[in-house]
Amino acid sequence: MKRLVTPLKKRDVSSLKAGEAVLLSGTIYTARDQAHKRLFEAILKKQRLPFNLRNEIIYYCGPAKTPRGKVIGSCGPTTSSRMDKFTPLLLKKGLLAMIGKGRRSQEVIKATGKHKAVYFLTYAGCAALLAKQVKKAGVFAFADLGPEAIYKLEVKDFPLIVGIDTKGRNIYQAV
Amino acid sequence: MRRLEAKTIRQAVEDLCIKANTILRKDVLKALKLSLKKESSAGARNILEAIIQNASIAKKEKLAICQDTGMPIVFLEVGQQVNIRGDVNQAVTKGIEDGYKKGYFRPSVIRDPLSRGRPQYSPVLIHADIVRGDKMKITVLPKGFGCENKSRLCMFKPTAGFLEIKRFILETVKDAGPDACPPYVVGVGIGGSAEYASLLAKKALLKDITCGKTKNSGRNAKLEDELLKEINSLGIGPMGLGGKTTALGVKILTYPTHIAGLPVAVNISCHALRSAGTIL
Repeated sequence: MKRLVTPLKKRDVSSLKAGEAVLLSGTIYTARDQAHKRLFEAILKKQRLPFNLRNEIIYYCGPAKTPRGKVIGSCGPTTSSRMDKFTPLLLKKGLLAMIGKGRRSQEVIKATGKHKAVYFLTYAGCAALLAKQVKKAGVFAFADLGPEAIYKLEVKDFPLIVGIDTKGRNIYQAV
Repeated sequence: MRRLEAKTIRQAVEDLCIKANTILRKDVLKALKLSLKKESSAGARNILEAIIQNASIAKKEKLAICQDTGMPIVFLEVGQQVNIRGDVNQAVTKGIEDGYKKGYFRPSVIRDPLSRGRPQYSPVLIHADIVRGDKMKITVLPKGFGCENKSRLCMFKPTAGFLEIKRFILETVKDAGPDACPPYVVGVGIGGSAEYASLLAKKALLKDITCGKTKNSGRNAKLEDELLKEINSLGIGPMGLGGKTTALGVKILTYPTHIAGLPVAVNISCHALRSAGTIL
């Protein structure tokens, strides 16, 4: 199985093909609905973002609370399509990869191809299993959003399947 | 009259939300294992194995099966001979809040649907029925919203046949597609009124999904069986990546309705269908 380590490089992702399984290690940031709305609005208003999106990875996830003695609580992916209207602008700002579950809009598929980015799926509804692959976690920005805040995660061998590749090929087209 | 203390209800609800969120329902686990036997493609098998492994990690480590521990929905069947001492709504709400806190579950409820705000554990949705007897049945159903968002209601003409209804149910599943964590459990409510059909569809999810058609089954069990076969021939499969398992089960509840109507509601559940109940 292919292994990827962050920071991702353009050439790392350009070799990926839709349907391929990948294990990812390194830093990723969680962001879901409200965090996306804030990032999107900040870009439009030309405000500073909490982190530079260039070559970064966003995971659509709002984790459960962290039980005592654990790194993180259950942390599976949420439905990606709710982020669709914000995604093309984030990709334009350099976002290189997204992790979530389910289909994306035509606009996102097009923008992913255009900006040579990649959309990964991870095991949907397997939040306890995925929590085991997180080695470090902490709130990074928008703490007032609670579970919808941006968390910075260090992951090890996080299981992914390429959903949309840099050529704009979409795994769900084949099904 | 039989006395029941509100604090007994609070404790029961607390225990039930921890059980529901960390221990996958036996029937759901059984259906997953049966599906694994039927799947031949490596991809689909791999995902089903991950789902089963997830359930075992969650149980062992007392972790939430899914990070979306849902909007807590509580069903109460209150015997008319029960005399509750104290505030039952408060007891249920407190039970949910304490259970969710204790389980380190995610607060996912926002106080105002328009202004949104920081998520909390409550308020809780409570559906109460008055029944005969001197017992109280409590069921906690933490419902994730990835799948709740895919649920639908259709008010059919009274002359519509089951074929039209079936088409609507299949369309609803197809629309959910890969997005809401298939394999699904499909709850169907037929009859009543608009809100009652929706409630029936939700209550259908509480039924044992492994009780299939037998020689003596009634019409609904036959329709469930027929629907399950057709849904599983859609080819959506686990995670929407293809396969024979698009649904783990279909459950139908029906109720009398008006001469002018035929309400049909479909409530989609992800594979992590969680609920737990007890009788006090």
